[in-house]
Amino acid sequence: MARINLTVDGAQVSDDVEPRMLLVQYLREKLGKTGTVIGCDTSNCGACTVHLDGRSVKSCNVLAVQVDGHEVTTIEGLATGDQLHPVQEAFRECHGLQCGFCTPGMIMQAVDLLEDNPNPTEEEVRLGLEGNLCRCTGYHNIVQSVLHAAKGVSTSSTTEGARA
Amino acid sequence: MTTTEERPTAEIGRDRRRKEDQRLITGRTRFTDNLTLPGMLHLAMVRSPFAHAKIVSIDTTEAAAARNVVAVLTGADLGEGQGVNINAWPITPDQVAPTHVPMPTDRVAFAGETVAVVVARTAAEARDAAELVDVEYDELPAALDLKAAAADEGGVFAHPDLGTNKSAYWKFDSADAGTGGNVDEAIEKARVDGIVIEREYRQQRLIPAFMEPRSVVVDPTGEQITMWSATQIPHILRFALAATTGVPESKIRVIAPDVGGGFGGKLQTTPEEFIAWAVARRLGKPVKYTETRSESLVSGHHGRDQWQRLTLAAEKDGTVTGFKVDLLADMGAYISIVGGGVPVLGAFMFNAIYKFPAYQFGVQTVLTNKTWTDAYRGAGRPEATYAIERIMDELAVEIGVDPLEIREKNWIKHEEFPFTTVCGLEYDSGNYEAATARAKEMFGYDELRAEQKQRRDAGDRVQLGIGVSTFTEMCGLAPSRVLGSLDYGAGGWEHASVRMLATGKVEVVTGTSAHGQGHETAFSQIVADRLGVPFEDVEVLHGDTQVAHKGLDTYGSRSLVVGGEAIVRAADKVIEKAKPIAAHLLEASADDLEFAAGRFSVRGTDQGMALTEIALATFASHNYPEGLEPGIDAEATFDPDSFSFPHGTHLCAMEVDTETGEVKMRKYVACDDIGNIINPLIVAGQVHGGLVQGIAQALWEEAVYDESGTLVSGSFVDYLLPTAADTINFDIDHTTSPSLTNTLGTKGVGEAGTIASTPAVVNAVVDAVRHLGVNDIVMPCTPERVWRAINQGGSGGATEGAAMPHFDEAEPGRDSTEGAGA
Repeated sequence: MARINLTVDGAQVSDDVEPRMLLVQYLREKLGKTGTVIGCDTSNCGACTVHLDGRSVKSCNVLAVQVDGHEVTTIEGLATGDQLHPVQEAFRECHGLQCGFCTPGMIMQAVDLLEDNPNPTEEEVRLGLEGNLCRCTGYHNIVQSVLHAAKGVSTSSTTEGARA
Repeated sequence: MTTTEERPTAEIGRDRRRKEDQRLITGRTRFTDNLTLPGMLHLAMVRSPFAHAKIVSIDTTEAAAARNVVAVLTGADLGEGQGVNINAWPITPDQVAPTHVPMPTDRVAFAGETVAVVVARTAAEARDAAELVDVEYDELPAALDLKAAAADEGGVFAHPDLGTNKSAYWKFDSADAGTGGNVDEAIEKARVDGIVIEREYRQQRLIPAFMEPRSVVVDPTGEQITMWSATQIPHILRFALAATTGVPESKIRVIAPDVGGGFGGKLQTTPEEFIAWAVARRLGKPVKYTETRSESLVSGHHGRDQWQRLTLAAEKDGTVTGFKVDLLADMGAYISIVGGGVPVLGAFMFNAIYKFPAYQFGVQTVLTNKTWTDAYRGAGRPEATYAIERIMDELAVEIGVDPLEIREKNWIKHEEFPFTTVCGLEYDSGNYEAATARAKEMFGYDELRAEQKQRRDAGDRVQLGIGVSTFTEMCGLAPSRVLGSLDYGAGGWEHASVRMLATGKVEVVTGTSAHGQGHETAFSQIVADRLGVPFEDVEVLHGDTQVAHKGLDTYGSRSLVVGGEAIVRAADKVIEKAKPIAAHLLEASADDLEFAAGRFSVRGTDQGMALTEIALATFASHNYPEGLEPGIDAEATFDPDSFSFPHGTHLCAMEVDTETGEVKMRKYVACDDIGNIINPLIVAGQVHGGLVQGIAQALWEEAVYDESGTLVSGSFVDYLLPTAADTINFDIDHTTSPSLTNTLGTKGVGEAGTIASTPAVVNAVVDAVRHLGVNDIVMPCTPERVWRAINQGGSGGATEGAAMPHFDEAEPGRDSTEGAGA
């Protein structure tokens, strides 16, 4: 067992963990942060994406012991109180999710993408989300969601988000 | 649209943002694997590495002694308590089917089958100990190739005791059924003075690949045993548990909490669910099993996997006179819950939107030593649509006309609806002309045809192809009587109840079970309109047999057209029940009352009462009419008279690099007629997602087995799901021919995109290189296969056992035998 101290979604936590424990297992099993989910075992799907010191990582690809002394943000810590992050808001506005299983990872990846490139082209969004799989949406509305968040346009009640 | 235009007051037709989303975008989810119960134990499965082998012995000693292991159990330990995985649709009375015991004791029939289960305090410890279970196998010859297995070649049987791999032969013939002519006569006549086109197409094996791996939790400590499962079918699962494990149905509660996608892949009662059930009952402790993705790909059911032999007869002018379909369908190692019913669901759709005078369909279902197959988005109809839409293109080429022209020549004209097809189905409504005209306009059809010609004439390296798919499908499963006539074991009705709460809120209980579709939002819109209550005041409850006691769950694009109609009828009953109470309270005659916008009013007066006020009045029940029950809650069970027949025209432009075989989608247009639309935002999502699954069959996905029956595309590294970078934006629109079979005029949309898109894409790829002598490319149309088709003739060849090149360094990539797709 190894002792780790870190910050997760703004809270300081400390645990003894097996050296082999993955960050995603730590989040889910030790902290009950089940908002971050596991979709594969080969780091292809990206459902478990979180932020490590502000950058996106696939938490199935990081050992819990590696995050000792670092800061982790999950989908559960993205909103500020009741105020959704603009990317969360955009996913709802543009119907960027259906079953919602890939959504936590997709949103965390999109946030990182937009921090790198606040005004991406559609092509840049598509390439930036390449490491995250979705089986429901066909990506169309996910891409629209990210572009919508980038534009920061006010919410609209038309279906443009879905049809653009 | 001008900004001064008022928002419509009706909820139906409005692009409401989804009620489901707030939880899902903040991580406040209840997927099964998120659940933890006090004292819960974790399971790990020990799976066979062999496709077919006798189990000689299982030594559990070392595993049982491992740290925090509670038990290691085999099929023999669990005995009859583990139940049986049932087939609900024996398609013929003499169907040959092996008994499917969740954990076999003597023989494994596919690689990935469970032979022992380890129970430990943590999932990690269970998995560690699973490695320590020592199973001795005696390998048996495996039936792998579909055609060879169908011929019982070499006496190799998937189940030796059955003595054959042939499970069932099911046939429909329009002459026998009295719904059309004799197809063999039509073909003979066409051989003399018409056109006969014969083709063989391959439907490769696919994996549903829902994003949430399957997970099951069983809690045996209550009076009812509770199972949470990542399933599409909690009600059917409950029935199956009761029917085969000896536990009374009333002692079983099944909950499908948040479920992360299904696409047919969670339309199953699985060995893993039954093993977890048996272990929990045996140990008296809550247990959880969550599969890894690799386990999911190898043991969750697969889809498609057919060979299609097609004969189309036509007159010289292109009028089709007959169509004969002969299928081989790979069931895998066991006949699954729908099983042979999947190809049968396609049997009535090969004639599609066309007026064929004679038709015959036959399918031979076949057992092999591969993962079982069952429904995957579309289930039977994508196969049918692919076959007919591909071969209609061939007919157009034979005659030398545009593929849309040959379709129009044969399709049902809009003024001919309702139309009874050569299969005896009555299509209630549709307008193929309108959908096609709109799709052509959006696509810029004539301009793209002109560009195609110009690039062909110029001999461009990158050629343009245009693919057409004018599809229809039958969904909204289904009329119970029809299902009964097809020997399906259950009905196709759906149930709903509407509860009027004292505080004016409304609870709607549905027997459908959403797993991403947005039922809570769409059903709220329907009820808000029907009862005149705010959208926000409607709560939709589902997916728990204790809450929704009656239902047949979600598949076959049935939730809206069957489940939604049940809700409409329950809501109408609420109004009906409230009326005499309103009359009593308003001291008026019920005949003088009218109901609108949530309110009963007395005609010709300003007197009235809201439905929600009546709900409160009946909660108190201080004053209600003699002889009536004090309550206005209502329920309804709806059994449709017919299927739902959405249709549409899809057009796809593909660019093909003739030197490298690379294919690139340039444009995709879909104009679907799905009747009236409840929520255009949700519909768009269903269409987009459906399109990509169908496109993925055309271009990327295939479950590949090697010569020993190992699934080599057994992880997301090898099973090629498309990403955002592989796909494009789609142009979608709708024409509207309201359905006549339900009150709302709606048609199913969940599967339409998948059903329509596959042939549109392949037709486009073939169209791009047809002038180079290509008339078929086997799916998925990989660059290699396209290149081979162009340069070596044929249809590009089968998929090689792609994971094996390192076995023979002398000839990397060339040493393995063909995959099961061969």
